[in-house]
Amino acid sequence: MTHKPLSSLCLVTALALVPFASSAQTLRFAAQGDAVTMDPYVVEEVFTSGFLGNVYEGLIRRAPDLSIQPALAESWELLSPTHWRFHLRKDVTFHDGTPFTADDVIYSAERVRAGASDFKNRLAADTEVVAVDDHTVDFITTEPNPILHYTWANWYIMNRDWAEANNIGNADKAAAEESYATLHENGTGPFRVETREPGVKTTLTAYDGWWGKGSVPMNISDVEYTPVPNAATRVAALLSEQLDVVFPISVQDIARIEAAPNAGIKAGPEVRTMYLTMNQWRDTLPGSGLEENPLKDRRVREAIYRAIDIETIHARILRGRATPAALMVAPGVNGYSDTFKRYDYDVERSKELLAEAGYADGFSFTFQCSNNMYVNDEAICLAVSNMLAKVGIDAQANVQAKAQYLEAILAPNMDFGMAMLGTTPASLDSHIALYSLHMCPRADENSAIWAPEDQGQIIAGKSNFGGYCNPEIDRLANEILIETDEDKRNALINEAWTITTEDVAYLPLHQTWAAWGIRDKVDLQIRADNVFDWRYVVMPE
Amino acid sequence: MTPEQRPNLFLRAYDSDAGYKFRRSPLTVLAGLILVLMIGAAMLAPWIAPFDPFDKASIDLFNALIPPAWQSGGDPAFLLGTDDQGRDLFSTILYGTRTSVFVGAISVALAVCAGVTFGLIAGYFGGLVDAVIMRIVDIQMTFPAIMVALLIDGVTRSFMTRDQHSEMAIVVIIIAMALSIWPQVARTVRASTMVEKSREYVLAAQVIGRGSGAILARHILPNVMGPVLVIATINLGVAILGEATLSFLGLGIPAGEPSLGTLIRIGNDFIFSGERWMLIYPGLTLALLVLSVNLLGDWLRDVLDPKLR
Amino acid sequence: MIRFLLERLLQAALLLLVVAFLAFVMFRFAGDPVAQMVSIDTTMEDRTALREALGLNDPLPTQFAQFVMRALHGDFGLSYQLGRPVAALLADRLPASIELSLIAFGLALLVGIPMGVYAGLKPESWLSRAFLIFSLAGISLPTFFIGIMLILIFGVELGAFPTFGRGDTVDLGWWTTGLLTPSGWHSIILPACTLGLFQMTFIMRLVRAEILEVMRSDYIKFARARGISKTRIHYGHALKNTLVPVMTIAGLQLGSIIAFGIVTESVFQWPGIGLLFIQAISTVDIPVMSAYLLLVALIFVSINLLVDLLYFLVDPRLRMSSK
Repeated sequence: MTHKPLSSLCLVTALALVPFASSAQTLRFAAQGDAVTMDPYVVEEVFTSGFLGNVYEGLIRRAPDLSIQPALAESWELLSPTHWRFHLRKDVTFHDGTPFTADDVIYSAERVRAGASDFKNRLAADTEVVAVDDHTVDFITTEPNPILHYTWANWYIMNRDWAEANNIGNADKAAAEESYATLHENGTGPFRVETREPGVKTTLTAYDGWWGKGSVPMNISDVEYTPVPNAATRVAALLSEQLDVVFPISVQDIARIEAAPNAGIKAGPEVRTMYLTMNQWRDTLPGSGLEENPLKDRRVREAIYRAIDIETIHARILRGRATPAALMVAPGVNGYSDTFKRYDYDVERSKELLAEAGYADGFSFTFQCSNNMYVNDEAICLAVSNMLAKVGIDAQANVQAKAQYLEAILAPNMDFGMAMLGTTPASLDSHIALYSLHMCPRADENSAIWAPEDQGQIIAGKSNFGGYCNPEIDRLANEILIETDEDKRNALINEAWTITTEDVAYLPLHQTWAAWGIRDKVDLQIRADNVFDWRYVVMPE
Repeated sequence: MTPEQRPNLFLRAYDSDAGYKFRRSPLTVLAGLILVLMIGAAMLAPWIAPFDPFDKASIDLFNALIPPAWQSGGDPAFLLGTDDQGRDLFSTILYGTRTSVFVGAISVALAVCAGVTFGLIAGYFGGLVDAVIMRIVDIQMTFPAIMVALLIDGVTRSFMTRDQHSEMAIVVIIIAMALSIWPQVARTVRASTMVEKSREYVLAAQVIGRGSGAILARHILPNVMGPVLVIATINLGVAILGEATLSFLGLGIPAGEPSLGTLIRIGNDFIFSGERWMLIYPGLTLALLVLSVNLLGDWLRDVLDPKLR
Repeated sequence: MIRFLLERLLQAALLLLVVAFLAFVMFRFAGDPVAQMVSIDTTMEDRTALREALGLNDPLPTQFAQFVMRALHGDFGLSYQLGRPVAALLADRLPASIELSLIAFGLALLVGIPMGVYAGLKPESWLSRAFLIFSLAGISLPTFFIGIMLILIFGVELGAFPTFGRGDTVDLGWWTTGLLTPSGWHSIILPACTLGLFQMTFIMRLVRAEILEVMRSDYIKFARARGISKTRIHYGHALKNTLVPVMTIAGLQLGSIIAFGIVTESVFQWPGIGLLFIQAISTVDIPVMSAYLLLVALIFVSINLLVDLLYFLVDPRLRMSSK
């Protein structure tokens, strides 16, 4: 990668000389898993919706720096706090040639909220969607929502005529018949699916009729996507030049690729925050053999916090490719502030706190971990377990693959003393993190936390499996939701984070870095949310 | 036996056919030595190993990824270097070898007992018994070891609590490996038995009215043991490799309790990053172990197979 | 003969039913498919609804009966993860696995048998010893380790062979083959060597042992005494008599090729049914896993039948006793 500046310069020159569509460049790209389906409403998963973002488009999109950009909507305005108006782009056609109109937005708003759609939270069930004319759509909400469109970058617009002609019903995960939309697409995006063999290979070609042509430096005409789950195989394929772009690269492989003459690395912090959740609601702590639950005691939670040497994890396991975190949201998420500091690593203070709480001799509990969900998750888990052993706490690490792991920690089992997870707020706003991770998981103020009979109805606090509960946070989260004044809203968010940090509600660890392996002379933009936007790929001529 | 008899016995063994063949093959002697050394070291791991990989409080992440002592940056305290958690690799390999040998030996022993018994019965009696046993063998062989392991793993998970299950992980693998090996033994024994039972000496024994049990045990068993030993030997290696493969796929021994397979799986993540000692030394240990077992097996077959005498 | 066949077919059908039951039961315990299909933020209510819709709350016998009825029609349902009919997924992936297995198996036989014959006929020559040591090394190294090393050496360091995938394939309608394109052949070499090595050394050892045994048997001694030429003794008598056990074991080895195919396919990302199965395990895709197991059982039962038949034809002693 030593010649990079020179080659980039050559590229820019070459680009200027070559007309946009005349090149025939194929991008060969591999990641861990395949896009689950071509139906954009079935699964909310970063890779699948990121992949589909090159085929389908939403009313808005996120730029490489994650700022909001107009996409199928040219502009929008707030007529009243509950009344939004979106002006649609006029020169857009779907891949089958049908022009894009307001009716497609209405159809998409219906379908995204129906059946087993994973994107139901993009639009409240009682939000009215009205076509004013062919290229103007109004959204009328019952409550003010200042961040209505923040999560719309992956609410993709589908074509009503195409869907009806092919009998595409609601999103359905348990269907008996294969939906036409599982293998086929009809988006408006820059690429159209040419062939698709799920789990093996998907090929796409640039869509000639794409409205945004020329607005981006993209020069690829074809994309060949192969899922390659094995990390070593991905690296080998990149180094032997069978692939142009591979993701993700394990932190330990970065140096090898950087040293290779024909490939390089692009890495940056992710917007996902890794954290430990501690079980604070069960009366007896799983795996402890105790009659009580020591983790209900704030001092014990702080003791655990202080026993973890995040800097050594950062240096040794993540090799400096991580950002230690003090908050449950990452830089780049609205409401993040660098005024929050981590509790210092201090083994002595940790032991004191444990003694104060009456656990000078320590205790044990079940520590649930995954081994295929996050960067070096298994190694981090074992390291945390070893560190806690030094203050007398026996965190019995149970490392499992994703399916078994999630079964253990999600409701109704919630069988953990501590567990490691990651969180990415879909709206890139603090509210969603407060709402689903910090609000009391109970049906109403009088019922118990995670009461078995109520579990089905819990929406606020639905991911709060540790059962942290502070009524003050519930009040603040509800205020933040409807506060339209930005300064006031941010002050409320800051107040909420101060309380949760003081309570040691969770134990934030870090934001890991995502690393992309890239063949020499290929250029692209990486995004903190790990979405790969092919529009920014420039291949050598 | 009295103490005076011992030297006598040793001399007799030394002078015997087997002893002669053993001495004549330097490779076998070497393999035997290596095997004795490795198994001995593994069994004595708690006393030999400089560190205890099960004592979490003694593991310091600060020591992670130290190369072997003779490389630059190495630390004499860690002979073969450390892994990504800061565990001493030499110690974990000792403990890991212990686990691997244990799993391999027990599962082959179980498989041979079951396979010989059922193979003899099926081959000798034929008919319905044979059909039933061979169908069970077919079912078993339809499921490769990986799937057998998954089956047992799944069933045990559903009946046990999580703590019980991780304690049972080794038992689960042993049963899985034994189940995947015994059909091979049974099939071979059955095939040999079917050939043997039509031989004159068996017919003669039948004529003079010996019971089936006696015929099987005294006459047929010794004559089918040759192939069984070959299969058993190969499968001791296979069982050790099988455990390694299962652990490599993440279905085996939990990461906290090292086996050679688990160590290789972890080491494999570092294949491109330069810390290859984490892959190479557990890998070499595994290969050497299995190679010695196989070499010794070859010799055993030469010596013990009655047909080759 | 016909009775023998019919008996075998009936047994095979029974066997398949048992396998179906085992396959079905085991995967009810292998993890929660619902946990895999949703995100962490999906509400409990949505997850409960999904569980109900998938029929995971029905009693086990009901679920099994439905499973068998549909399986008989070749309908294994839709993959939970990929939303496609499982039968179609398997049909798409099967050619890749069969081609890999056959090439690996052919390689093993083609190299293994001559090596074994040579080592058996000339047990004292240095080449035989070299073969034996080589075979031991082949048996002692785990498949995944060999695969990784081949990738590292021939793929990355030398850049001589592709390290993953099948290369370009040609679609023949119901069969996609990689064996009609140069890149397809190029791609199959490393995985076939990896998969075939163990089988090759295994077959070599087996052939050698059998030849050694046969050469010491009385009828070879008689043949020698009768002055029959060495070549005829070796290839007419000795080799022919070793074929029975070799065929049995080799046939059975096809089963282990399928098993180790899982490992090889996952190391080389070979898009066959083994890779599909591994992915299905990690995503707890029950329909795919059950169908895969049934398919493997079916393949295996067929191989078994075939081996039994050949056995029957080749060994006159067995033919006599069955009459």
